[in-house]
Parts: sequence; structure tokens; C-alpha cells
Amino acid sequence: SASCLDFLLIEIVPMAERLAKEFSVDDKRQDDEEIRESTFFRLETLGYRVGQGLTERFSRDRPRFSDNLDAIKFLCKDLWTILFRKQIDNLKTNHRGVYVLTDNAFRPFTRMSMSVRSEAVSRAQAHLWFPCGVIRGALANMGIHTTVQAEGSELPCATFQIKTIQPTP
Amino acid sequence: MSATKTARLGEESRVDKVNAELVTLTYGTIVAQLCQDYDEDYMEVNKQLDKMGYNIGMRLIEDFLAKSTVGRCANFRETADMISKVGFKMFLNITPTVTNWTSDNNQFSLIFEENPLADFVELPDDGRAQDELWFSNILCGVLRGALEMVQMQIEAHFVSDVLRGDDTTEMRVSLVRYIEDEMPPDEE
Repeated sequence: SASCLDFLLIEIVPMAERLAKEFSVDDKRQDDEEIRESTFFRLETLGYRVGQGLTERFSRDRPRFSDNLDAIKFLCKDLWTILFRKQIDNLKTNHRGVYVLTDNAFRPFTRMSMSVRSEAVSRAQAHLWFPCGVIRGALANMGIHTTVQAEGSELPCATFQIKTIQPTP
Repeated sequence: MSATKTARLGEESRVDKVNAELVTLTYGTIVAQLCQDYDEDYMEVNKQLDKMGYNIGMRLIEDFLAKSTVGRCANFRETADMISKVGFKMFLNITPTVTNWTSDNNQFSLIFEENPLADFVELPDDGRAQDELWFSNILCGVLRGALEMVQMQIEAHFVSDVLRGDDTTEMRVSLVRYIEDEMPPDEE
């Protein structure tokens, strides 16, 4: 069910943090920045794989993508609905390889609250890393190599910036 | 509450549906990553899955109570029924069979005929995963966490799993004790 997935998605964040901490014990110095890095890396990889699987499974029955924009539209509409039960609200592009996706009510954010606003934002950040990976993984499987950055300074709104990387010839 | 009524409750509880394959995919990826992180130390993977489940369970019980509108269970047998027919039905759309009660009514087994978490799954073929990894171990944690929030301390573990080549997937659940309401420690 839906909440079942929600719970799973919420819980992977503390899990990744826990793992990151546990594995950094060896080098004694528990650097906060380092833990953050490694948490990010874990969640991103996880998302990447899920993204790959998703595209594989759900783009099977549709025609070939005509261009990058077509693929990104597929991501915004179909994949996003499968993941978060809604479409991306806004898609902007400069037609030179940069796409900005805005979700005005990003599902994992809708029920978050925190007494101190800035704290909420920094905590919420961690929940964006997984979807970042999903986007990158999904697009990679459609043959588009990208870097993805996410921002969520105004809860529950989340924006993802996708930059395509031209493969070096 | 009669058995049929319980079953109906599970059917009726309004829940948002989500693509089951997505859940399978996500969960599978998590387990795969854990196995990799712990360098195939499957005992540790089991432990981590259980811990995750426990945390989920503590949250999930609220969602469960809100959506199912069930009342208090009179005894552990009723609880077991509720877990299988309402709980599992609601969250995973399955109804594991409750069986193998001990005579003191404190232990039972859940037999999973189907398990959405384990669809399309094959355990790593390294000769150890088959014996050591409990792929769906998160479910044990979920039960433990959820029931603890309603004053029941339980112990749950898998005893067999079709993924390992067993005939059935069976989870053993035993009631440890009812947690009495405890006075909060004095705040001075």
C-alpha cells in the first residue's frame, strides 16, 4: 500500500545515516561532513539503482523516445506518478541541456514539520538525495547522462536541477 | 469480533494503492545494498533489516489504528487474527495464515503463501546466503515495533523461507509479556 512505501522511504534515510556512522568508526575521527557525504552517497546509489529498475520495467511498452525532452517528460509524468502519486508541477528548460523540475508538494515533505524552520530544511535535505539518484538512474537508463541537484528550501516544495553531460567523443 | 467481520475490515480499510513492483524493487535494492555494505555478513544484514522494521513499525501502528478503526483485542489470538487479516491485508495486500498455536496461546506461526517483498527475488548464490540471510526480516521488526506501541512485547523470527528452498515461508511470533503502564519517571 501507499503508506507502506512511504514508511520504507522515510526509513532509508536514518538507515543510511546509521550505516555511514558505523563504517566511519574505523578512522576514529567522526567528521560530520564526512558522514553527510557518505550518507548522501549511499542514498544516491540506492536511488540510482531503483531508477534504473523503474525505467526498465515501465518504459517497456511505450514508443522510443524521440529526444531528451521526451524522456524527461516521461520521467515527470509516468515515473513520478508511480513514485509519488503525482506529476511534476513545472518543467523548465533552457534548451541547452538544463532542465529544472519543480514539485510544489513533494510527497515526503508534505507531512514534515519542525519547530525551527532552518532545522527543518536541513533535515529535509537528506530526503531529497534518494529521488536525486532515482532521476539520475532513470535517465541514465534512457541513455542520458546527467548530474542532478536538488533543493528544498521552501517546504513542501522541491526543485531538481538536471544537467545533461555531453559524452566526450 | 467474528472472523468474517475481521476479514471484511481488512478489505474495507481505505488505503491509497501504490504499484507493488515499486515496493518490491525498492526493498530489493535496499537489501542488496546492505549485503554489499556488510560484505556479505548476512547476520548483520538481518539485524539491520530488523532494526529498520522496528522503526517503521512504531510509525506504522498509528497509521494502522487511524485507518482500520479497530478496537482493543481481547486476547493474543484475536491480535494474531488482526495482524494477518487487517494489518498485512492493508499494507501488503496479503493474508498470511495464522496457525501452529502453542497450548498456552502465546505463540503462533504466520505462513506466507505469497510475499510481495520477495517477488522475482533470488538469493545470492554464494553458498551462505541460503543459510544465513532472512530476506524478509524487516517484517519481524515491523511486527515487533508495532505491537510494542500497543503494549505487547513480542519476539518474531522467520523459521523457513521459500527463497531458501523451503516449502513454506513461516514466521514464528511469540508473546513475551504485556507491558504494564509504567509511571513516567519523576521529573524533578
